[in-house]
Amino acid sequence: MARIVVVTSGKGGVGKTTTSAAFGAGLARAGYRTVVVDFDVGLRNLDLIMGCERRVVYDFVNVINGEANLNQALIRDKRVEGLEILPASQTRDKDALTFEGVESVLNALAETHDYVVCDSPAGIERGAHLAMYFADDALVVTNPEVSSVRDSDRVLGLLSSKTRRAEQGEEPVKEHLVVTRYAASRVGKGEMLSMEDICEILSIDLLGVVPESTAVLNASNAGVPVIMEEKTDAGQAYDDLVARYLGEEREHRFLTEKKGLFGRLFKG
Amino acid sequence: MAVNQASGAAFELKGRMATLTVLRLLTADPGHLFIQLDARLAQAPGFFDGMPLVLAPGQDVSLDAAMLETLVAGLRDRGLLPVAAADVSEDIASAAGLGVLRNLGGPRSDASGQTGRSGSGKPVAEARAPENGAARLVTQPVRSGQQVYARGGDLVVSAPVSAGAELMADGHIHVYGTLRGRALAGVQGDVNARIFCQSLEAELVAVAGHYRLSEQIDAGLRGAPAMIRLRGDELGIDAL
Repeated sequence: MARIVVVTSGKGGVGKTTTSAAFGAGLARAGYRTVVVDFDVGLRNLDLIMGCERRVVYDFVNVINGEANLNQALIRDKRVEGLEILPASQTRDKDALTFEGVESVLNALAETHDYVVCDSPAGIERGAHLAMYFADDALVVTNPEVSSVRDSDRVLGLLSSKTRRAEQGEEPVKEHLVVTRYAASRVGKGEMLSMEDICEILSIDLLGVVPESTAVLNASNAGVPVIMEEKTDAGQAYDDLVARYLGEEREHRFLTEKKGLFGRLFKG
Repeated sequence: MAVNQASGAAFELKGRMATLTVLRLLTADPGHLFIQLDARLAQAPGFFDGMPLVLAPGQDVSLDAAMLETLVAGLRDRGLLPVAAADVSEDIASAAGLGVLRNLGGPRSDASGQTGRSGSGKPVAEARAPENGAARLVTQPVRSGQQVYARGGDLVVSAPVSAGAELMADGHIHVYGTLRGRALAGVQGDVNARIFCQSLEAELVAVAGHYRLSEQIDAGLRGAPAMIRLRGDELGIDAL
């Protein structure tokens, strides 16, 4: 039986899809059969980030409506063995997702995979609710700014009350904090919330910090999960994050500012 | 939007602050009152139509059921909408089809223990003290958008309370963590209720309906342990 992991945030544009793609690819590289499911019906992006947009034939909504079977809709990643994606529909909206439909698709995926990663849409409405409802674990993606932190806080409240585990009184959804677009230099200048502030406000375990990096944009444009760009800071940050999720202890490498040449010369 | 019929909630109960117009009754004679009221209504025709009203007997005015019914009928005839009465007994109010408000603020701070001022003759303190309910304990963080109400007793939170969260208790509120959201103690009118917190960064604190917003909280008290209580009509915040 697979573990279902939702990648969620409340706020849009903080890096949910980037994180879903990198996290899914990382789990698959570690040898786990992984599927990433795009819940953002109507605003399909995951296929672009993962570089398989030309191979989408059937989608999540087709499967729910019985117009295609799961194997027809799943797209196998060509670079990483054991990684698949289930794309969202671009022509429909969130109302096309039914509770029973999502449940049956996730159950079917859970039987044939080790991890099912649900890429949640922004917001706290139907799409986001369904993405988190069946989750065992949650990656809460947050940017170091107040509105993102507050929205994440709201989502954490929903995770502890509006999920299957909460409603059935089971062990609560395990919550992990992922801070993205972190710029240590701007924290130093007081332009961004610090890691301590974010962790203090949200009071959940920190799984990873991904630095603000041009590598993320480049990787998205190229359709490559950023974790596969192993020379980049963001790629390494996601690699650490996946290793920590799988139980390895790794130091947080990107909390402090990397000094440039001038910084090194003048500040020692 | 409900996800499905089974798990979707059909309603929510929420505590909200609202401003209501209070009609303070300074005479026990409805006829006398209506003459003056008609003159006022004539000055602004239509302005008061459908206005929800709370009826509150003034000092030395006691209301009986018949009077209240006459008043309510007369007010409804004039297009006003009495919804509740303050400081009257439930039987009298419900006979007139009104709810009862117990914790109406305002000029009743003369705590000289006058009874018999209101028709009920019930000592105010007795009506206001919370029942001896067990305290409600919350050990998980209270997140933005969540609301916790300890009915009939105290609320103890051993975790942080986020901005945008709301705590309410009929009794005291204790927060052993940072209080960033709202905390309303004594919501049924217990003026002796207090709020204790380990670090005060609240958006709003209130005791028995007397509230203070974060910008009205002294900057020197922020981020430190504090106790909030009512001193007369004034909400006091003390460092702990």
